[in-house]
Amino acid sequence: MSFESLLFQAVNGLASASGLFLVAAGLSIIFGVTRIVNMAHGSFYMLGLYLAVTLAPLLGETVGGALGFWGGIVAAALVTAGLGALVEVVLLRRIYAAPELYQLLATFALLLIINDAALYFWGPEDILGPRAPGLSGSVEFLGRHLPQYDIFLALIGPIVLIGLHIVLTGTRFGRLVRAATQDREMVAALGINEAVLFTAVFALGTGIAGLGGALQMAREPANLALDLSVLGDAFVVVVVGGMGSLRGAYLAALLVAEVKALCTALGVVEVAGITFNMSRLTLVAEFLVMAVVLVIRPHGLFGRPQPAAARRGEAEAPLVPLGPRGRLVALAVLAFFAGIPLFSAFASYAPVLALDMVIAALFAASLHLLMGPGGLASFGHAAYFGLGAYGTACAATVLGLPTPLALVIGIATASAGAVLFGWFCVRLEGVYFAMLTLAFAQIVWSIAYQWEEVTGGSNGLFGVWPDPPFDSANGLYLAALAVTLAGLVLIRRLVFAPFGLALRAARDSRLRAEASGIAVEKVRWLAFALAGTLCGAAGGLFAFAKGSISPEAISVGRSIDGLVMVLLGGVNSLTGPLLGAGGLTLLQDMVMRESAYWRALLGLIILAAVLLFPAGLAGGLRRRRAP
Amino acid sequence: MTTPVPMLDIDGLDAWYGAAQVLFGLSLKVETGEAVALVGRNGAGKSTTMKALIGLISRRAHRLTLRGADISALPTHVIARLGIGYVPEDRRIFSDLTVLENLDLGRRRRAPGNTITDWSLEAVFDLFPHLAELRHRPGGQMSGGEQQMLAVARALVGNPALLLLDEPSEGVAPIVVEQMTLALTRLKASGLSLLVSEQNAQFCAAICDRAYTIEQGAVHWHGPMAALAQGGRSRPAFGPPG
Repeated sequence: MSFESLLFQAVNGLASASGLFLVAAGLSIIFGVTRIVNMAHGSFYMLGLYLAVTLAPLLGETVGGALGFWGGIVAAALVTAGLGALVEVVLLRRIYAAPELYQLLATFALLLIINDAALYFWGPEDILGPRAPGLSGSVEFLGRHLPQYDIFLALIGPIVLIGLHIVLTGTRFGRLVRAATQDREMVAALGINEAVLFTAVFALGTGIAGLGGALQMAREPANLALDLSVLGDAFVVVVVGGMGSLRGAYLAALLVAEVKALCTALGVVEVAGITFNMSRLTLVAEFLVMAVVLVIRPHGLFGRPQPAAARRGEAEAPLVPLGPRGRLVALAVLAFFAGIPLFSAFASYAPVLALDMVIAALFAASLHLLMGPGGLASFGHAAYFGLGAYGTACAATVLGLPTPLALVIGIATASAGAVLFGWFCVRLEGVYFAMLTLAFAQIVWSIAYQWEEVTGGSNGLFGVWPDPPFDSANGLYLAALAVTLAGLVLIRRLVFAPFGLALRAARDSRLRAEASGIAVEKVRWLAFALAGTLCGAAGGLFAFAKGSISPEAISVGRSIDGLVMVLLGGVNSLTGPLLGAGGLTLLQDMVMRESAYWRALLGLIILAAVLLFPAGLAGGLRRRRAP
Repeated sequence: MTTPVPMLDIDGLDAWYGAAQVLFGLSLKVETGEAVALVGRNGAGKSTTMKALIGLISRRAHRLTLRGADISALPTHVIARLGIGYVPEDRRIFSDLTVLENLDLGRRRRAPGNTITDWSLEAVFDLFPHLAELRHRPGGQMSGGEQQMLAVARALVGNPALLLLDEPSEGVAPIVVEQMTLALTRLKASGLSLLVSEQNAQFCAAICDRAYTIEQGAVHWHGPMAALAQGGRSRPAFGPPG
């Protein structure tokens, strides 16, 4: 590797950093004022890019190429800002008072709907934009050709950073944003209309994201996977830089992008006789940067401890152990599920569907251990599902291990992953926890996608079939039922054991729990590891049930499925997630598989749940309302 | 002297923190130009009353009017624009913003029908000369007393007709309490109506005309300030009489 190639990659890294910064800056400003983490923020970036590749040629026909290109970028950013304002007025205004988790879910629903809307309007194919007129050449520097457009992009980040700084310090709007970031109520008490401010801030944030997307027009094609990949990157940047700090966001974007660029520049290196392709390590590098920063500064480079969440859900009624009647019902349900193979003679699909439901139940229950008693909403539970599934699949196919042992290997893989990631995650709470878990899940997904030698890349692993006696639909189903039952019993025992009490105490009042001698982070770490382990079992069973595993099955959609299951059933009971798992599995099996737009459908279901029961399904039905 | 319409008229005010009710049918009146003390123990409902008036918590009332206009269902910013200035208990200065920036956010034209002093920056700096020296200091780097002055100044530049002061003497140095007493006396003389919640009886006695004691979210006693000040010596912390 030469100095020149390093420089080349450094400029490339600066250009990427600008894009990352534009997304993260908007995310950060919106969170600061509205206290909402906009899960759909990457979607506005994606929309900006799609709009630009559509508008630039259109404008180009009427006003000429150069004006069309730059005009298209500006128009795309403005339209994105307008859409952002519309979303704020129509949707977000209704959920500012809802618990944090519901806000996250509602904006995620928006992500799903926008993705399907983009699919509807622009189709599934990637769309390439025009090159930048006047900037399509390259500059010769130290014997290398640096693309002009990359240099231009590298400058955009600092320009926007300075521009935002001027707006925030030099204008009344900026002062309002800074004041509202600190104390919204006091801003209202000074006679300032929050509603208008919030709409403006959301439009500004989404507009900047749209600009970031539109500017990529000459570098990368518009595609439907951008929303999530950009969101994951933006989360890492915001967590590293510190929520609410624009300087931090830029510095973090620079750090992440340059470390990635460095890995690419290093290429294949040899360390102690082992050759490594460093360019494959870009994702791991991102993770390492985040890990190092979070260990040294838990709130990010320039972050400060944030004021407590806008509003927590209502205090939860304590969980009650099953009474005699409850036990009877549980036994009856178990007997029904154990008897399902009897139906298979005339309904051969019954054990297959029941297997899906049983796996979903274990998945949802393991997530619920974190969400309910733990009070920690993970947006990346798919990671442990994926680790369990891939671990099992590799053990069964590559190593050729017998079925039970393969499952154990899968569970151990998930467990190890949960222990590692959990160590970082439990240092954070609330939306930070949600973002970090999602970022880890994206990393696991990317590894599965990129590490072709082991994971089979985008195709995944095939031929993951269980040995006899588990090779029949009924055999596998009964085995899965037994594993799930064991998992559920374990969770129930844990929740009512001293460990569970400590976990719930830490959820209800962290300070008081710590003051009574509970090591909150340790308890949470253990819960995280346990939840990941049980989730890994669900993943392993899934691999055997489908006979294959691919990155698609462990994408963020899986994490969200889990959240929806838990929320539909009710966070506030141990049976809730099971009902939700059964319900959503049936719904997906019967309705969603029929539609090409199942994402939007799921999004609408989530929105309906959030808007109709803004205090939570269980809470909404039970709570006595103040006028 | 009294105008037919009171500045603030509260009858039967209930208020909630989340699901927990904290005010139970509280009633009180502030006449135009009057200074009224709201006294009671910690947790009696003084701050809650203030928050309910400015609309920061959910509330319900038989009657809740500002100069005759119903404010019981209005959002916070509209109530503020109608002429209520709010100086919260913990001051809530924007710590990232300088003194001038804090004041800039508070600035607002006089509400229609408000004929008392028009508060310019110069006028508040005249009232609190020390603030003028600190104009470029971030709010977070000020002492408690300085923040208290800024909180009052920030409410004044909004040109309110009624000022809600929540424990203005709490946690500040005695010298600042003295300055605050002088400032509030000037404000009252200018025609501004005041509702002051306090635990410091001397502070109240120096400024206020009348007092209400509240207990467990409802008015327990009300009468002239002098009567309370006399009784106050024999009853620690304004407790229930005899």
